[in-house]
Amino acid sequence: MGNLRSSRLVTVVAFALSAWRSRRGNLPLPRLLTVAVLLYAVIQLLSRTGILNGYFMIIINRSLVFVILAVSLNLINGIAGQFSLGHMGFAAVGAYVSGSITTLIFMYTSEQVASIGGNIVFVIAIIVGGLAAAVVGFLIGFPSLRLKGDYLAIVTLGFGEIIRTILNNISVVGGPRGLLGIPKFSNFTNIFVFTFLTIVALRNLVQSSYGRALLSIRENEMAAELAGVNTTRGKVMGFAIGAFFAGVAGGLLAHLLQIAHPTQYGFYASALVLIMVYAGGMGSLTGSIIAAFFLTFLTEALRVGIDQLRDRVGIPVGTEWTMVIYALLLILVMLFRTDGLMGMREAKLLVIDERKK
Amino acid sequence: MSVLLSIQGMSHYFGGLKAVSNFNFDVPEGVIYGLIGPNGSGKTTAFNLITGIYRPTEGRVFFQDREITGHKPFRIVHQGIARTFQNLRIFGNMTVLDNVRVARHFRVRSGLVSSLLRLPSFVREEREVRDEAMRLLDIMHLGGRAEEQAKNLPYGELRRLEIVRALATKPKLILLDEPAAGMNPKEVADLMELIKRVRDDFKVTVFLIEHHMKVVMGICERIKVIDFGETIAEGIPAEVGRDPKVLEAYLGRRGA
Ligand SMILES: Nc1ncnc2c1ncn2[C@@H]1O[C@H](COP(=O)(O)OP(=O)(O)O)[C@@H](O)[C@H]1O
Ligand SMILES: [Mg+2]
Repeated sequence: MGNLRSSRLVTVVAFALSAWRSRRGNLPLPRLLTVAVLLYAVIQLLSRTGILNGYFMIIINRSLVFVILAVSLNLINGIAGQFSLGHMGFAAVGAYVSGSITTLIFMYTSEQVASIGGNIVFVIAIIVGGLAAAVVGFLIGFPSLRLKGDYLAIVTLGFGEIIRTILNNISVVGGPRGLLGIPKFSNFTNIFVFTFLTIVALRNLVQSSYGRALLSIRENEMAAELAGVNTTRGKVMGFAIGAFFAGVAGGLLAHLLQIAHPTQYGFYASALVLIMVYAGGMGSLTGSIIAAFFLTFLTEALRVGIDQLRDRVGIPVGTEWTMVIYALLLILVMLFRTDGLMGMREAKLLVIDERKK
Repeated sequence: MSVLLSIQGMSHYFGGLKAVSNFNFDVPEGVIYGLIGPNGSGKTTAFNLITGIYRPTEGRVFFQDREITGHKPFRIVHQGIARTFQNLRIFGNMTVLDNVRVARHFRVRSGLVSSLLRLPSFVREEREVRDEAMRLLDIMHLGGRAEEQAKNLPYGELRRLEIVRALATKPKLILLDEPAAGMNPKEVADLMELIKRVRDDFKVTVFLIEHHMKVVMGICERIKVIDFGETIAEGIPAEVGRDPKVLEAYLGRRGA
């Protein structure tokens, strides 16, 4: 079994490599897809051979979830120019909705049914979770029509906290204990696929007529309106789409950790995603992807490092210190790279060549 | 000639300040119409009222015999009125091409989902939009700048880019707010040529604000002169130029 899987993997790698080489030949596999397949295969291979252990894979999976969160927040804050501080609120909606769906269904179904239709139910649950978050995003989008800058930030911050408080007090979804016993459906493969699709969808959106309309709102709202852009609709749409993908990320996380807990979706987590967007560069998907990976790994390293400091060296520090370090990091980025790592630029891989047929 | 834009009894207050006072005028289709008056006399406010940025305190605005008073700005653009701004409002961090393409967005038929999936129909339409925008930029001698960030363009070209962006909405009426502001004499001469071409080649009625008398006299076929929100003269350039009230109120003030 193990051998069979490995050989299948080798085939995938060989296929991807040949596609890469014959880009201009008769195998028109797009570059981005080729790179994704290669990346997937390499990580999978390293995991199978035990070079990347389970612990490492958990951090990689978590990084991918944060990539979805960061690029979707970037759509709202970076592209449409709004200022949302409650992104994790949307993720919470996705996590709890999808988690409740799968938990309920598998409480009453036999194992055989679960093994056959499980993944379909999972995918549907994730998407329903995303849609529920989008509806909430749509509603939250309305204050953004009247509020700007700091005021909007405060409202969205409040929204995130309200969601958390509500979840804390609904006993059917576990209240302060959290939603427990969510079936473990997320794995590297499906998280990777969802992340890839999110990036492609947002890239397509940003580099389309709709994306340009959103950008114009950020650049100059009055001029956008006088260029015929319905800025009201644009902003609400930006919020709803961003919230959808955040909801998807929340669902994936819930089915990875097998728990959805109110504290996972509080202000600290939202702030972390916000830092990813700023550090990567407002408006740059590439920047958000890189920053999401870097900061997720850093979070873990800091957690381990702080534990060591406390237990071995005896310095009385807690994990709260990660937030201090993030704040310093953000200040450094803002001082020395005002526009973040990438500014508004994108890696070539993520730029659609419009002249090509 | 039919009336394209008709303004009836339009007034506007900012708190106690009467910025626009009882404006009545008709802009006939196909003309180049000039609104002149000293700084602070309510010209820009009049444009803001016509384009829906403010709702007039009193009065009504009709475009092609349909009332547009108090409509949202983007709806007024969709009906066929475009404008430029006295203080440039360019999308600085977007390319020159994208500045123009934004103005074409509301005519895009493909839906959001087909853009997310980049369906062939959407890709085809995107190419049409791109080609159209490039054609406009080429006509206005900005084609070579298409891929540059707009904020890097020199001032004169930015003014032209705003006109191109307005034209990209395919308007029937274009409002130009002091298009010659900050330009040198050579640029002003080019601009006057350009405005004539906009009217002749694009069949767009032009309504412009200018406080340089000379520019207005050069290209406008009808002129309205205002001061302190009140109309003090109206007519063809030759008549208005001789009007003693205009000479006193406008030229006299400038000399002082
Ligand atoms: N948004 C505003 N709020 C308050 N006063 C304004 C506003 N816009 C313009 N004004 C005032 O209205 C008067 C007319 O201004 P404006 O229309 O800009 O004149 P013009 O374009 O002829 O120079 C001025 O006194 C100006 O200060
Ligand atoms: Mg003015």
